[in-house]
Amino acid sequence: MVEYRIDRHSGVATYVQIVQQTKQALRLGMLEPGDKLPTAREVVEATAINPNTVLKAYRELEREGLVEARRGLGTFIRKGLSITPADSPLRLELDDWAERAREAGLGRDDVAALFTAVLDKHFQGED
Amino acid sequence: MTGTAAIEAAALGKRFGRRGGWALRDCAFRLPAGRVCAVVGPNGAGKSTLLTLAAGLLAPTEGAISVLGTVPGAARERVAYVAQDKPLYPQLSVAETLRMGADLNTDRWDASVAQRIVDDGDLNPKSRIRTLSGGQCTRVALALALAKRPELLLLDEPMADLDPLARHEMMGLLMAQAAESGTTIVMSSHVVAELEDSCDHLLLIGGGRVRLAGEIDELLAAHVHVSAPAHAVLAPHTVVESRTTGRQLSALVRPSSTLDTDWRTSTPSLEELVLSYLRNPEAGAAPAAKTEETAV
Repeated sequence: MVEYRIDRHSGVATYVQIVQQTKQALRLGMLEPGDKLPTAREVVEATAINPNTVLKAYRELEREGLVEARRGLGTFIRKGLSITPADSPLRLELDDWAERAREAGLGRDDVAALFTAVLDKHFQGED
Repeated sequence: MTGTAAIEAAALGKRFGRRGGWALRDCAFRLPAGRVCAVVGPNGAGKSTLLTLAAGLLAPTEGAISVLGTVPGAARERVAYVAQDKPLYPQLSVAETLRMGADLNTDRWDASVAQRIVDDGDLNPKSRIRTLSGGQCTRVALALALAKRPELLLLDEPMADLDPLARHEMMGLLMAQAAESGTTIVMSSHVVAELEDSCDHLLLIGGGRVRLAGEIDELLAAHVHVSAPAHAVLAPHTVVESRTTGRQLSALVRPSSTLDTDWRTSTPSLEELVLSYLRNPEAGAAPAAKTEETAV
């Protein structure tokens, strides 16, 4: 079972925090396919947030195909989120790129800014 | 969501005494059932008057208010109201108070709900109400209100005398109630931040009038915080508030069309939105009716 922690001052919408924390739990293997998410009632009793916020987050997870709502039973994890393994081609390419950036004299912050900018360009409107 | 309104007001006004000032005037709004509504406004804005009218404990001077599809007096069985001063009988014990609740609400009373709320606060059932702290009294009052299984729960400054832990617990309890039973909850407060995450609907009252009413998400989406050069022209957008500091203009606007792309924009927080409206009493009342139509 996952427990949500809501940070009121993070500037991230509350429902997005629930979506992100669910995905994080999936990536870390704290949630696996077949696991049940807490009911809206359980989440709001613990966090004092509005029930619709939880439902909105669960709908978003459902839309992304990560969970499924079973009528009268609850919301269940449908599939896990795999982390790209350390020896995957994408990771090796990125590794190589980072090495070249460092050789070109870029600092950590420069690289991060560059990476974020490219990320924003290719993944517009997603989080 | 059903189309029923939990509360509907039209040209609602209340004046205390024939020569007294208007506590509330020209109020028109519609609160759909199943919402958790924050009634926000400064002290003396008319929040308590509005809740008392909805509870059917006061009659309007002009206009009309309907509650759960009928007149407030006829809906009283399905409505629970906790006044700001949490009126309880000081000489009764906690257990006697709950028994009174059970006897007065024979058809609807859920004793297990009342018991759980009281037990969670570690209240001794034998304690007299007069020996309880403010927070403990709030707990007993909420136990009475929730055990009645109301369709509409009216709470006037419910959290005012609770410590932060009890506040979080009680808000969690109220949200659980809303999730489980679809209870419409209306709560007033002048601390906006306290309600931001719990409420989905806003009723902003200032100077006895409804300044803003609607779904919080929609109200926030309808406003933009703008940073622009000092000479920027904000028209034709509706300006709620604007301030110039040096070369920079900072404003909260309700855009009527696409904004100038050179301006830096951000979505306001609920608190920023509310404060902007309260600081600017002459800022146009929001398009409450329009927001409502799209919400339903």
